[in-house]
Amino acid sequence: MTSSESPAPSAASGGAPDALHARAMDDLRYIRQTMEGAAAFTALSGWGGVVVGVTAFPAAYLAARAATHRAWMLVWLIEAVIGALLGVGMTVRKARAARQQLFGRPGRKFALTFATPMAAGAILTIPLYYGGMTAILPGTWLLLYGTAFATAGAFSVSAVPVMGLSFMVAGAAALAAPAAWGNVFMAAGFGALHIVFGALIARKHGG
Amino acid sequence: MEEQRGTGAGGGGDGPVKGARAGGRAPSSHAPDLDRLIHERLRLGIVSALAVNESLSFADLKKLLNTSDGNLSVHARKLEEAQYVACTKSFEGRLPRTEYRLTTAGRRALERYLEHMEALIRATRES
Repeated sequence: MTSSESPAPSAASGGAPDALHARAMDDLRYIRQTMEGAAAFTALSGWGGVVVGVTAFPAAYLAARAATHRAWMLVWLIEAVIGALLGVGMTVRKARAARQQLFGRPGRKFALTFATPMAAGAILTIPLYYGGMTAILPGTWLLLYGTAFATAGAFSVSAVPVMGLSFMVAGAAALAAPAAWGNVFMAAGFGALHIVFGALIARKHGG
Repeated sequence: MEEQRGTGAGGGGDGPVKGARAGGRAPSSHAPDLDRLIHERLRLGIVSALAVNESLSFADLKKLLNTSDGNLSVHARKLEEAQYVACTKSFEGRLPRTEYRLTTAGRRALERYLEHMEALIRATRES
């Protein structure tokens, strides 16, 4: 069919325009529902990632100048809260703008799968911090944050698990590198990787 | 799966058929230009789901459309034969993984179908 053959539904409808109308409405409803259900996979906000990435640089700068472990920890905790609020907020916005269901089946699965490694990271942080092993915190955080995206990314677009794996590699590298590089790895991971993959997701998956 | 070929509402079993004329044997002929290939419910679902995703695996589609392996593979193959969807097969460890994506022809077909449905609704409203 070429576009010049414009449909002539009324002529073709025969004697049952009501049934046709109902069928057409039903079809459109079905298409919309299917798209909504499938689109929850892409609700993750790429621009959110970019914004979070941008905030990681001043955080790394402040953290590098922190005089005590306590101050260093505080800087990154505040950054984590800011990042979480921005990331979640922008994702909610993207879902609303696209009229997608945020907590449809894929959204719920993504959230649950994401939360598990994040919880492990939070729990590990406590003994590492109080045990004076703050040097391995950057690597641990990057590794587990990456794990969260690598696993939850199974319910999202392919850029998401790839981003997760990149964070994991950054984490592994941070754990192998001298402790003094911790803030650099934090900036490279939570800053640069967020920006690169955020931009990629935003460009390819609508925001 | 094979025995179902050509018995569905659409064409497509006879090789790549782009467009609407494939379904001459279809039971209802209310709209001659309707693309029968995606008029069928599950095929319409596959195309719609792929329209909002870069690609989806067989398992994704099966879950999303709430259907069986056999049903999905029959209809996915029809769309593949019409070149509305492209499919790549690979292995993830030992498990075979089939990824589907919508082709340009498939996207155009969906757009045409949507326009057609809208035109139908408009026409019945006006009359």
